[in-house]
Amino acid sequence: MNSEIASMIGKRLVIAVITLLIVSFAVFFATSMLPGDTATILLGQAATPDAVAGLRHAMHLDEPAVLRFLRWIAGLVTGDLGTSYANNMPISKLISARFVNTMELAGITALISIPFALTLGITSAVMRGTLYDRIVTVLTIGVISVPEFMVASTAVLIFAVYLKWLPAISFVNEVHSLYDLLRMYAMPVVTLTFVVSAQIIRMTRAAVIETLSTPYVEMALLKGASRSRIVLRHALPNALGPIVNALALSLSYLIGGVIIIETIFNYPGIAKLMVDAVATRDLPLIQTCAVIFCAGYLILITIADIIAIISNPRLR
Amino acid sequence: MMQSAPSTSAAPGIFGYTFSLVGILAFAVILFWAVVALFAPQIAPYPIGKIVDMDYFGPMSSKLWLGSDYLGRDMLSRIIFGARYTLGIALAGVLIASSSGVILGMAAAVVGGWFDTALSRFMDAMISIPSKLFGLVVVAAVGSSLPSLILTLAFIYTPGSYRFARALAVNVNTMDFITVARIRGENTLYLAISEILPNIIRPVLADFGIRFVFIVLLLSGLSFLGLGVQPPLADWGALVHENIQGLSFGSAAVIAPSIAIASLTISVNLLIDNLPRKIRDRSA
Repeated sequence: MNSEIASMIGKRLVIAVITLLIVSFAVFFATSMLPGDTATILLGQAATPDAVAGLRHAMHLDEPAVLRFLRWIAGLVTGDLGTSYANNMPISKLISARFVNTMELAGITALISIPFALTLGITSAVMRGTLYDRIVTVLTIGVISVPEFMVASTAVLIFAVYLKWLPAISFVNEVHSLYDLLRMYAMPVVTLTFVVSAQIIRMTRAAVIETLSTPYVEMALLKGASRSRIVLRHALPNALGPIVNALALSLSYLIGGVIIIETIFNYPGIAKLMVDAVATRDLPLIQTCAVIFCAGYLILITIADIIAIISNPRLR
Repeated sequence: MMQSAPSTSAAPGIFGYTFSLVGILAFAVILFWAVVALFAPQIAPYPIGKIVDMDYFGPMSSKLWLGSDYLGRDMLSRIIFGARYTLGIALAGVLIASSSGVILGMAAAVVGGWFDTALSRFMDAMISIPSKLFGLVVVAAVGSSLPSLILTLAFIYTPGSYRFARALAVNVNTMDFITVARIRGENTLYLAISEILPNIIRPVLADFGIRFVFIVLLLSGLSFLGLGVQPPLADWGALVHENIQGLSFGSAAVIAPSIAIASLTISVNLLIDNLPRKIRDRSA
């Protein structure tokens, strides 16, 4: 049986790698469709044809797109991320510090929102139909239905404008104490937690409700098992796969959320870098950021799938 | 198809009534925004570009119902015109996304084989790109003119629509009447349009509504980042973007467009949730 699990996990990993290849291919070609010649844009209107041709050659722009794609992929794998068009700095240098910042923001958010949202999701599923469940459901649908920037601006209005607890949209760069650090992270983390939690609650609730309606749960009920025993011993272990899957999918909303939240709070992360790169049309930087985000997302999904495979009792 | 009693049998009396009331209210809000978008020039009290207030971020008053924006323009008029862009772009985008998704999904189900496998694998890979990220990449590549925005949004949401329609179509495809039609010698086009489409159209329409909400949210998000609808035009997301400095004064110029977006998206969600069960139920 263990070799079966191993082969399934291996298959998942292969699919993940293939998907990442297709995605990076799509990202590369989407950004290569740009009308106009990059070398001409970089050098400006006054450039001589010789200079343009020279730059084109230096940037390998005169090679077929497939070759450029392979060169780019090889660079990504070996850690050579290329050079930013806008300020001529190595992309790895631009990204490294900001990558840590974004991971911090995402990590803290995940640490807070996962236990919080799992508790709400599972309890509202168990207490389905009660007032508590309805309040939770209405709130989550409300948060899911509105854009992230509305959640963020509402948080600013409440905590900064009316209550004056936290600074508004400005971002503090000097951190002198733990208090400063807390103030710095409070607003982005609170907003992101709301956005991500709503997704987790909704999906977890659906997964647990589905498990609770299976025949073996009914069987447990009929043989007289207590409510808590049914939930903790019978339903939850089986709902683990779907819940982890829901978690991974919800954390992908973290990526969309991070893009908006880093912009609105001026947080020096990788998403803000990418939005700025889109504004300046800095293609190599956009490509690299996009692939980093997609890879992050795929890693999450793949881990979730593997946990689902391992936790499936029928495979053990 | 069998004609069944309305789904109120499970929840009779006042419960069923309040449920449909929510649906009616939601529909009224959607209708309201549609009318506003259609007749914007007739409804708006001031021209959108006209500076009517000496002060910027002016307060709400009897002359300027929603105050003024960062240049002293009337916010109410700008929101009324913004409805045109938000609703128009999102509707065009979702029409293209859903129709191409459904056509490709039915084709994959009917044709099957390597065509189905290759298309599904490709669409699955596309789905695994987070939508906002996808939007950023494509906008960076093709720019944010109105037609390219519509096509970008349509392109991003086609894979989801495809997967949904394909899952439904594959189920229908195994039914006996399809086998009969195949034996009768009907061609693929007939199978898709006359046999499968009528059986999946209602869940597909519910999915259409959900996808419309996704597109409104993504469009607003892109515009909020300054990468969607470009000035001098402004949809609701762009209105929030250009007035974001007013947030620290608690200006209506930031809040009102956000509320407009929320009222639209929540209404569409509520309307779909309150459709009769037979229409809403879906397998995926």
